[in-house]
Amino acid sequence: MSFDPILAEIRFGCGLSPNIAPSESVGEFLAGLDRPDEMADRFPIESFPEFRLRMVKREELQKEFRKNRGTDAGETLRKEIRLLKKQARLDHWTWMASHVLRRTHSQTPFKERIEGFWADHFTTAGKAGVIRRGVSPFVESAIRPNMSGNFSDLLIASVTHPLMVHYLDQDRSAGPNSRQAKKKPGKFGLNENLAREILELHTLGVDGPYTQGDVRELAELLTGLTFKANKGRHFQKSLAEPGEEIVLGTSYGGDKPHIRDIHVVLRDLAVHPATARHMATKLATHFVSDRPDPDLVAAIERVWRDSDGELSVVYEAMLRHPMAWTDRNPNFKQPFEFVSSAARALNVHPRTVQSLTEKKMRQRFFDPLRLMGHIWQRPSGPDGLDEDDSAWITPQGMAARLQWAVIVPSLLVPQLPDPREFVKTALGSRANDTVRFAAGAAESRADGIGLVLISPAFQRT
Amino acid sequence: MDRRSFLSRSVALGCSLAASPLLTPVSFASAPGDKRLVVIILRGGMDGMGAVAPYGDAGFSGLRGPLTLGDEGYIDLDGFFAMHGALRPLLPLWQDQQLGFVHAVSTPYRDKRSHFDGQDLLEAGGFSLQDGKVRDGWLNRMMGHMSGQNAEMAYAIGSDPLNILGGAQTVQRWSPDVDLALSSQAIRLAQLVTKDDPAMSAALAEGLRLADSDGDAVAVEGGMQDMMSMLQDNAAAGRGTSYETRVAKFAAGRLRKDARIASFSLNGWDTHANQGRVLARSLSALSDVILTLKSELKGPAWKRTAVVAITEFGRTARFNGSKGTDHGTGGAMVLAGGAIRGGRVHADWPGLNEADLFQRRDLMPTRDLRAYTGWLIRDLFGLPSGAVERDIFPQLDLGDDPNLLL
Repeated sequence: MSFDPILAEIRFGCGLSPNIAPSESVGEFLAGLDRPDEMADRFPIESFPEFRLRMVKREELQKEFRKNRGTDAGETLRKEIRLLKKQARLDHWTWMASHVLRRTHSQTPFKERIEGFWADHFTTAGKAGVIRRGVSPFVESAIRPNMSGNFSDLLIASVTHPLMVHYLDQDRSAGPNSRQAKKKPGKFGLNENLAREILELHTLGVDGPYTQGDVRELAELLTGLTFKANKGRHFQKSLAEPGEEIVLGTSYGGDKPHIRDIHVVLRDLAVHPATARHMATKLATHFVSDRPDPDLVAAIERVWRDSDGELSVVYEAMLRHPMAWTDRNPNFKQPFEFVSSAARALNVHPRTVQSLTEKKMRQRFFDPLRLMGHIWQRPSGPDGLDEDDSAWITPQGMAARLQWAVIVPSLLVPQLPDPREFVKTALGSRANDTVRFAAGAAESRADGIGLVLISPAFQRT
Repeated sequence: MDRRSFLSRSVALGCSLAASPLLTPVSFASAPGDKRLVVIILRGGMDGMGAVAPYGDAGFSGLRGPLTLGDEGYIDLDGFFAMHGALRPLLPLWQDQQLGFVHAVSTPYRDKRSHFDGQDLLEAGGFSLQDGKVRDGWLNRMMGHMSGQNAEMAYAIGSDPLNILGGAQTVQRWSPDVDLALSSQAIRLAQLVTKDDPAMSAALAEGLRLADSDGDAVAVEGGMQDMMSMLQDNAAAGRGTSYETRVAKFAAGRLRKDARIASFSLNGWDTHANQGRVLARSLSALSDVILTLKSELKGPAWKRTAVVAITEFGRTARFNGSKGTDHGTGGAMVLAGGAIRGGRVHADWPGLNEADLFQRRDLMPTRDLRAYTGWLIRDLFGLPSGAVERDIFPQLDLGDDPNLLL
């Protein structure tokens, strides 16, 4: 077993397309990571620094509003705040459209899939107000530029990012002996949330060699890392715990707390053998199978360790391993992969998606995804989407997919293709007699397209 | 046994469709007793003092203005508390002692008053959020202490995550807003194309069965036009009988069979402005849900049912500048069902003088809402107190028995 252009598109890409030829080799398939980012140019998503200006503006307006409450000027300000919030909400739908269209039209589809993988690994969200719309800008600024370099840079960019600092309560954490805690006892305290998730989810993994003591020490080391809309992410010394902290037996920091200490511990965690093991398993599970071949995991892990987490060679190790191409225990597409690979097979025109109103974006994408079990950019916890296929192959999930597959395609293309042709476009060499028969026997084009999309040949990767 | 192991087992054994546990839930061990529990999460923070007004407290009218009792207003319950007029349809239940309330309670959550954190703690059942997020819910942990599990025992209904039921124990999930409408031919062909994939085919079969039993039919003859119009009819039906009622109907349908635990959310409690209108609408939905459960559970099953509605926090004791209330602390719980010893409002009443309020702004919680919930599940399912106080609700002191059940 080795690189197979069709399977590469299905398993590691965004599915087959009627007008984009599959890559012919591992080299070509991976080259897309470093080419100019054509998809980002065609289907833009706001960067986080730009997005933050909305939050700054919101705070300024709020401050003015408080001064002018009850007056006509106050009323005008209240309307401006409402408009600003509405604009962020409307824009976040256009970013969702961009995510769909990048997957539909990319010549370098691995880039979109690996972005999805890391965006989920570093799951984050805003909790209230404008920042709730900040997930796509986070992915665009913290994840997308750092996916083919060293893991430590990706780790630092993600976990010290304003949105993560907000999501995992780092902005509420103060060292027990920090100046702030001493000044106002009882008001400020340590919050372990970010520290725990860094160890448990982002690096070593839940079975990793760390203790509650390490969580606490890391949490103390992280104090000072905070976020305010007008200042951005910054290091506030008055919140920082003075003195050294011992994480996994190594001493960090000292009497003069500095954000450099946080970078140092994150770089050490990034190259820890347990992180290599954890990430190799997760990559193989996400892309290949819920029960990945141990040799495949070991090969990825070895290269991760040898290269200190150089991501492009890690990806290459996965793609070059024969067991990455096995057909045993194949994965089941997660909801967004299902929907976007259907859009790719249908070659949905960019204008069709870009011109959808908020209501139609909900009806065609957000609501169906929710019924399939994925609430877009509103995670139920920092552990993100379930890698376990049984979380998605549920009665409700299957019913929702069938419903989407029969109805929504006809709303996304001016004319549905002939289902017998669509079998070849969407499934390539994976088409089998049962699907061909069903596509031909369907009473309508819509049914026929839906049956191809619901088939195991389309949904399994 | 968790979902993962039973699915992989059915794959490993090469189970035929007919023997799949998803299709034949009754093939599992019998259900653990015949008591039923419905947990409703009121998301947004219900105003306990608006739902059940302590009008007998001399401080009440100073905070909320004079209270109108009678046909157009609140309904007196016991000379001290009065319930909101939107709950009037529940008055017969109160008189039959199948409706009760708990007042001046909250989770251990304090100070920050965030929906996000408040709901996390409410559903996790924990004592504090400082240690990071607990990822399983207390209802799921409770199932771990019950014997005779079956695959259909618990239902999370609706499309929100319902972390309260998340965890190692198997939980079924269904949202009645999946509006499948297919020709019989398409249904047959969909079953055909998935037949060689046991997991997909079992899930699809069960999905079709549930979609057919949630109040709107699946099979529809005719082409695309008919299908679209059927979906619109369903949407119209959804407007006639509210989504909440459909959820309650579906829950009752499952509870009449093998399910013993059901949970779902009701939204719309974050009444920052124009509370009069908004709270009435949400309470009216809650009232519809309780009455739907009662009528659909039909007699004997209702007699063995306890319904409990809980919320992440109460609201400020005073109205704010926009005729609403802001996020607060102490609040109320609603209890209903034939298994409940109703007709009373449980409260260790803190008083409403300025100094009695929590941080001089919120109703003071005098007891952990987990203690009431803890007694309820302990008595309903015969759970050991130790399991309730340590595993299901960590660091809980159950305290005195409030005698919630008959």
